[in-house]
Amino acid sequence: MSTHQPPMPQAPAAAPHWQAAPGGSYPGYTSPIPVVRTHLGHAVASEWTKIRSVRSTIWTLSVFVFLVVGIGLLVGGLVSAHASDASMSGSNPLSFGFFGVLVGNMCIITLGVLTTASEYGTGMIRTTMTACPSRGRVLAAKAIVFFAVAFVVTLVSVSFVAMVQSSMLSGSGAASPSGGDWFKATVGVSLYIALLGLLALLVGSMIRHSAGGITIMIGLVLAPLVLALFMATESLRSVRDFLFEYSFPSQLSVFYDNTLSGSGPTGWDPLWIMMGLTAAAGAGAYVLLRNRDV
Amino acid sequence: MIELDGLTKRYGEKVAVDGLTCTVRPGIVTGFLGPNGAGKSTTMRMILGLDHPTAGDVRIDGRHYEQLTDPLTCIGALLDAKAVHGGRSAYNHLLCLAQSNGIPRGRVGEVLETVGLVAVARQKAKGFSYGMAQRLGIAAALLGDPRVLMFDEPVNGLDPEGIHWIRNLMKSLAAQGRTVFVSSHLMSEMAQTADHLVVIGQGRLLADTSMAEFVRRHARSYARVRSPQPERLLDALHEAGITVVPAADGALEAEGDKAERIGELAARHGIVLHELSPRQASLEEAFMRLTAGSVEYHARTEAGPRSWGSGRQGGTA
Repeated sequence: MSTHQPPMPQAPAAAPHWQAAPGGSYPGYTSPIPVVRTHLGHAVASEWTKIRSVRSTIWTLSVFVFLVVGIGLLVGGLVSAHASDASMSGSNPLSFGFFGVLVGNMCIITLGVLTTASEYGTGMIRTTMTACPSRGRVLAAKAIVFFAVAFVVTLVSVSFVAMVQSSMLSGSGAASPSGGDWFKATVGVSLYIALLGLLALLVGSMIRHSAGGITIMIGLVLAPLVLALFMATESLRSVRDFLFEYSFPSQLSVFYDNTLSGSGPTGWDPLWIMMGLTAAAGAGAYVLLRNRDV
Repeated sequence: MIELDGLTKRYGEKVAVDGLTCTVRPGIVTGFLGPNGAGKSTTMRMILGLDHPTAGDVRIDGRHYEQLTDPLTCIGALLDAKAVHGGRSAYNHLLCLAQSNGIPRGRVGEVLETVGLVAVARQKAKGFSYGMAQRLGIAAALLGDPRVLMFDEPVNGLDPEGIHWIRNLMKSLAAQGRTVFVSSHLMSEMAQTADHLVVIGQGRLLADTSMAEFVRRHARSYARVRSPQPERLLDALHEAGITVVPAADGALEAEGDKAERIGELAARHGIVLHELSPRQASLEEAFMRLTAGSVEYHARTEAGPRSWGSGRQGGTA
């Protein structure tokens, strides 16, 4: 291994033109490297390098695409092969994209939590915070980079699935989706999933533990629906309905118009709800990050 | 220059750093010495703005860490060689740090060459040995070509060749006019590199002195003598007014440069000597004496070898 004979101390050689200190009240070495006043853009470039240079990103996103596209194509194929024209009449062909996204969102959650929490696991966070003392800037840069990646990957996957499914099901009696339907089932769903991932990123920043963060997020996504299933008594009816309507799967289904529950949020409501949740988590994560020791 | 002013850190009841005031000056290597748990790493984390001080203040070239907009070009630090994402390559690790501070991409290759990691630059950090990880941490510290450098226990885990390399590196960095602040729990290590010493124990400042002054004050010289006729020797020494204390192995020790006098005395009285040597107490001993009252984790000596082990300890204090 060539790590053994390193050239003898050549820190100066790396910076050949150092001069005597030009004064100021703090004498000493002056570097030839130009001083740059850093801003959020530098932090974003840094976070982009980080997220693209680890294999966990590639893995989680590959599995996500595989699940969304694979399940989407499978469902589309099964429906077009077995459904009768009568049963399909008037239904929205885009709605069959729901199942892939429902399963695939776990990957986005995992990547979101890992983006922040894994730095605590490895100790990298100390290096990060030393390089950028503005903690708000670090959190903002991570959020921007992650949100962009999650949004783009989701948009590409769900758009592909939507196009394939609608062409598979055209002529099977299904309704022809409107432009609004298309927008909600592609851009709407992608924004929703990217926001869910962002929430996971913020939870990861607060919890500082990868496994813990992922567990909490999966709990948030699944627990309301599971709890609702077990609330059989009549006295808990209103609680059960609330949990059911506002559980993650039924809110996601609103984008596809095949609401699992007949009532509850409609239209773009789930997106506003998720935005509110994420904003609250963002504020909490920022305050904790600023006040805690790294 | 690093200026600590009454720097204090408390974790609940426990005081990790207690009113530390000192100045780390440019152009020399300043050793930061203390036993394990003395508060060295906590102090360094506060210098870097990672931990918030409970009280007091710390400035780097006159500014607080949070005020540095491009910190890596002001201060480079090696805190923990393992503070790296294991799945990322050495090159990408340094690249993301360079980008966050607007440092030209070309510096990454330069520092990799400086620390001798060019051949493994594209390999994942988790496959690195401790010594390689240490070099990667040093590369990150040098990345911004900073005026101030801080190393926490840099020689830990390095082989002798690596230790030699980093000693020279620190000296050459200081010789360029940079501030070099390096922590260690080994006095012998500091004796070879540091020009100035800051010693702490249980978070308190115990000494802030030049290395030369520390050596002058603490390096005790004594003469060691061993004879098969100890009673006769003791009588002779007593007559001549030389006081001795028994050492662990049955030899005798006399304070000061008395080896020649003892030799002449023995010759005059016809006493057989098996050993006579002028000695210098190690700086390590001096450091242990200095911090004796403030060692965080005492190892308990089981079945204490008092009968032959304690005599000299008592005599030298």
